[in-house]
Amino acid sequence: MTISREDVLRVAELAHLQLAPQEVEMYRGQLDEILNYIGKLQQLDVTNVQPMIQMSFAKDNAKAAPSKSKTEADADLREDVVRPCLMGEAILGQAPDAARPFFRVPKVIER
Amino acid sequence: MSPTAPWTVAGVQTALHSKKISARELATEFYANIERQNPVLNAFLTLSPERAYAQADRVDAAIARGEKLPPLAGVPVAIKDVISTCGVRTTCGSKILESYIPPYDATAVARLEEAGSVILGKTNCDEFAMGSSNENSAYGPVRNPVAPDRVPGGSSGGSAAAVAAGLAVGALGTDTGGSIRQPGSFCGIPALMPTYGRVSRYGLIAFASSLDRIGPFAQNVADTAAIMSVIAGHDENDSTSAAFPVPDYASEIERPIQGLRIGVPEEYFGEGIDGEVKEKVSVGIALMEKLGCRRVPLRMPHTDYAIATYYIIATAEASSNLARYDGVRYGLRVPAATLIDMYRKTRERGFGSEVKRRIMLGTYVLSSGYYDAYYLRAQKVRSLIAQDFSDAFQKVDAILTPTSPTPAFKLGEKTSDPLQMYLADIYTVTGDLAGIPGISVPCGKTRAGLPVGLQILGPHFSESRILQLSRAFEIAGGFVV
Repeated sequence: MTISREDVLRVAELAHLQLAPQEVEMYRGQLDEILNYIGKLQQLDVTNVQPMIQMSFAKDNAKAAPSKSKTEADADLREDVVRPCLMGEAILGQAPDAARPFFRVPKVIER
Repeated sequence: MSPTAPWTVAGVQTALHSKKISARELATEFYANIERQNPVLNAFLTLSPERAYAQADRVDAAIARGEKLPPLAGVPVAIKDVISTCGVRTTCGSKILESYIPPYDATAVARLEEAGSVILGKTNCDEFAMGSSNENSAYGPVRNPVAPDRVPGGSSGGSAAAVAAGLAVGALGTDTGGSIRQPGSFCGIPALMPTYGRVSRYGLIAFASSLDRIGPFAQNVADTAAIMSVIAGHDENDSTSAAFPVPDYASEIERPIQGLRIGVPEEYFGEGIDGEVKEKVSVGIALMEKLGCRRVPLRMPHTDYAIATYYIIATAEASSNLARYDGVRYGLRVPAATLIDMYRKTRERGFGSEVKRRIMLGTYVLSSGYYDAYYLRAQKVRSLIAQDFSDAFQKVDAILTPTSPTPAFKLGEKTSDPLQMYLADIYTVTGDLAGIPGISVPCGKTRAGLPVGLQILGPHFSESRILQLSRAFEIAGGFVV
């Protein structure tokens, strides 16, 4: 067994997911099966292999290989010029509870 | 399915130019057809007649003025419901976005409309594009128009079914692990996954950002190329979109294929493949040889690790991308006394079980103590899988495989076993991980009449070449081998 009931509850808490009691065992069994399958990656020797962190051809032409360790700084960024964007109503109109110009949420800080 | 031949891009152009039909009449015809067939197929979740008729009227006005028409003028299309449409509800197949109306268009949608196409509506899909059968939609499964007791594939099942049933001339889908090519294969139509970055992801609601791509479904290869020419290209709103110039795919596809080297990797014909799929695809490859291609046997040793790699990377990225659904800014909110409880209750009610399963798996593989063993290792194996492809493309111009190990399976057949469902993507996830383009083209049917798909994979930015091979295959009768 790779994953315990406690692991499932901990992961659900990290992911802000509330699980019904009967779901905990279902997910434990399924995640266990999937993790056991995924465990086959341990068979490979990856000692000198670079991780492929991001796939980006933004700047390169078609001949270039995908960058295997591209950082954000290498991305094809445009000039930092202020331009109009969606504001106010267009965004707040989708909010479940807007107190314009804010999103209202339950109280976070207790006095 | 209507007994007459389905509308194509060229067919629409001819009919409009000769004034046999107006764009408005054409849209009306499509909506009538949708009204008849959608109650069974469930391919569309939302229709957008206001937007469609306004666009059709613009096209008709341009015709009346004798203007030169854009390439997709009046062509009715459908958009997968994970792609944003300004003013038209976009649910991602999820209850958490049941009433979400995007305030902007995805770039691919805006480009389709600029090219004259008429957006009929939004198509059903697995929730947040997570699934291989369309059975994970919160709005019910889609049925395969070829065999209604079977799945259309997933996650872009609604788009594939809509085109296959003639309810749209073309459609956009998205591919993260096979979600364009596999439903294309199951429904018997061409379905193209472009190179990563070839089509802007701006407005595509993210599942796994290093894998997600938008691509077309169509009735034939020429139409696939026509749609690609419109949606491809750099977009300043997506910094990962490629600046490389977009070829004129429509003319490129007519080039001869004699002498092209086609690789056939033995790992894609091993254990788990359906006998009839293997047989049909072998006949398809033999036809390619007859057309003058040279067959080269290949080994791609890391293929067997692709599903494991994919389900680590995709779920890790999904767990992060889906953190935004918290009931604060858009979508569902379940009220609660505290903020944390509001998050938990909203996500509990808003997400379906596959989405929760993947969020938990992704959170687990990224969590402290497991990151190196799972996520970092998977990124390294992803490099090895990509290397298998770059090595292969030193020797061949394209790689031919089955799209899926089986034809369309029955509704409910795999829903109780998530791992078995994941393994349905075994031949498609490799192309996603490597960032290369791939197409599924029809390659005959099984004795029970179920479509089989031939997958053609090419090097980065080789859309022209794989479309060219597909086009030659189509003309030679490959779609019915």
